[in-house]
Amino acid sequence: MNAIETHHLTKRFGGFTAVDDLTFSVRAGEIFGFLGANGAGKTTAMKMLTGLAAPTSGDATVAGRSIRDHAVSVKKRIGYMSQRFSLYEDLSVRENLRFFGGVYGLDDATLADRIARFETTYHMSGRMHTRVKELPLGIKQNVAFGTALLHQPDIVFLDEPTGGVDPITRRRFWGMLVEEAARGTTLFVTTHYMDEAEYCDRIGMMVDGKLVALDTPARLKQTMGVATMDDVFVKLARGGAA
Amino acid sequence: MNAFLGFILKEFRHILRDRRTLAILFGLPIVQLLLFGYAIRNELTSAEIAVWDQARTAESRAAIARLEAGGYFRVMGRVDSETQVDHLFRRGVVRQVVVFPTDGPRVHLITDGSDPNMARLLQRYTMGVLSDVEPGKDVRTTYLYNPGLKSANLFVPGLMAVILMLVSTLMTSISLTREKETGTLETLLASPLAPAQIIWGKVLPYLLVSFVNVGTVLVIARAVFGVPFNGSVALFIFVSLLYAFTALALGMLISTVARTQQTAMMLSLGGLLLPTILLSGFIYPISNMPDILQAISHVIPARWYMVANRAILLKGAGLADIGREVLILAGMTALFLTVSIRRFPIRLD
Repeated sequence: MNAIETHHLTKRFGGFTAVDDLTFSVRAGEIFGFLGANGAGKTTAMKMLTGLAAPTSGDATVAGRSIRDHAVSVKKRIGYMSQRFSLYEDLSVRENLRFFGGVYGLDDATLADRIARFETTYHMSGRMHTRVKELPLGIKQNVAFGTALLHQPDIVFLDEPTGGVDPITRRRFWGMLVEEAARGTTLFVTTHYMDEAEYCDRIGMMVDGKLVALDTPARLKQTMGVATMDDVFVKLARGGAA
Repeated sequence: MNAFLGFILKEFRHILRDRRTLAILFGLPIVQLLLFGYAIRNELTSAEIAVWDQARTAESRAAIARLEAGGYFRVMGRVDSETQVDHLFRRGVVRQVVVFPTDGPRVHLITDGSDPNMARLLQRYTMGVLSDVEPGKDVRTTYLYNPGLKSANLFVPGLMAVILMLVSTLMTSISLTREKETGTLETLLASPLAPAQIIWGKVLPYLLVSFVNVGTVLVIARAVFGVPFNGSVALFIFVSLLYAFTALALGMLISTVARTQQTAMMLSLGGLLLPTILLSGFIYPISNMPDILQAISHVIPARWYMVANRAILLKGAGLADIGREVLILAGMTALFLTVSIRRFPIRLD
């Protein structure tokens, strides 16, 4: 079963085509890495899939529903973690969780249960009443991820979730993503870091608004005859630009 | 937890936890009211004058006694030559010399015209004081609603309009653009919350805060400036909240255009402060303005609120008397809100 299917998804801004006729699918429970240089269209594509922007033409099915016709019910079934770990800095961890839980319509009993589980999963006991601005970046990142998962979405979209974070914390974070995917949650991740691409089940590579490659990291390296994902990226990006 | 109530709770936490926000919300109105209220005064108290009694009649002596007694003037001394008059004016010791000549007119007022408003005021007051001792030329005058012609009675209701407009617009536009800057707005838009819920969730908490503001301003107006309250309290609160609502909706509209808190602040303060002060009839009467400015004044919400709240406070007007103003404010609010909600989801494209 597929978590995401896009059909000729296109977004134009005036004469500029940011996302050009995108057709691909993401399987349920996989970690899908969405790669591309800046301005390649991956953020715009993600905005359309999360309901932050409307497609110019084409459509996509996310969690079994069309983003054109059922935007709200799609939004209920997905989680979103932006690249700035957008939490409310002046609210405590618990207040953030209660707020976002409320936004996604969780009732009090469920919310209390989920918050308790969050506390153990992310080793946050003793920190639940700390205001987010006082947390170290790595912890903030965990809290943002835990918040995006609070309503148990089918799919979580992560927009460059490891920006500005040190390598050890990044590795730990990806460990968490792999665990979450093993529980059946689909993860759709954009990233700049090619070492992170290795953790993904499959990679989609965007160049100039088009999807130029889609495969597992191992097969991408093999077919292109290169040793690292870095080389895959450079080769594809160059090829697309030429 | 209910999503909408949760949103409102969150907004209150933002307000209460940010000292700057609190200062703007509750400190700014008080400071502004006291500053403006004391700085802008059109009545005369102990203005420095001198007298030159050439006539030396019983009548002129009585007139001088009146000038000394009234409390409007402080007679700094008597002069008996033009050189002395010159001297006093140039050194700025007096603003006016009252001359009682031996022939010609009974009184000659020589006034320092370098401050025209002050000069007119001085002559008006002097003539008022002197005409009382000249029976026969009697014109009866009555100033309705503000018998003492106290300028506070005009300025304080006007100030309420200015303060509510600035605080409300500033606060909502900043609070929404802050969410744009921190990226939380993106998270909200990716959630099932509808744009209308977000807008209402932003407006309602500040409407409550405005309620507190209206109260504070009213108490200061009464206690410090002695502004009368002739109308219905309920009607006053209703009209004030409606106006605050207009300002909040305008703040929302600004934040759909502004991307950063700084732009929002510039638009709210720079774009609104001057028109609200100059074109609303706060200081200068609208009927004295050129046609083009008069036309522009129609779109300034403060204009309509000032008419309404002066009518309630000073004249004891009822809802029927200010129906037009209420309808206009309600219409503006609906327009601003509708446009904000419509424009809202497009912003992230």
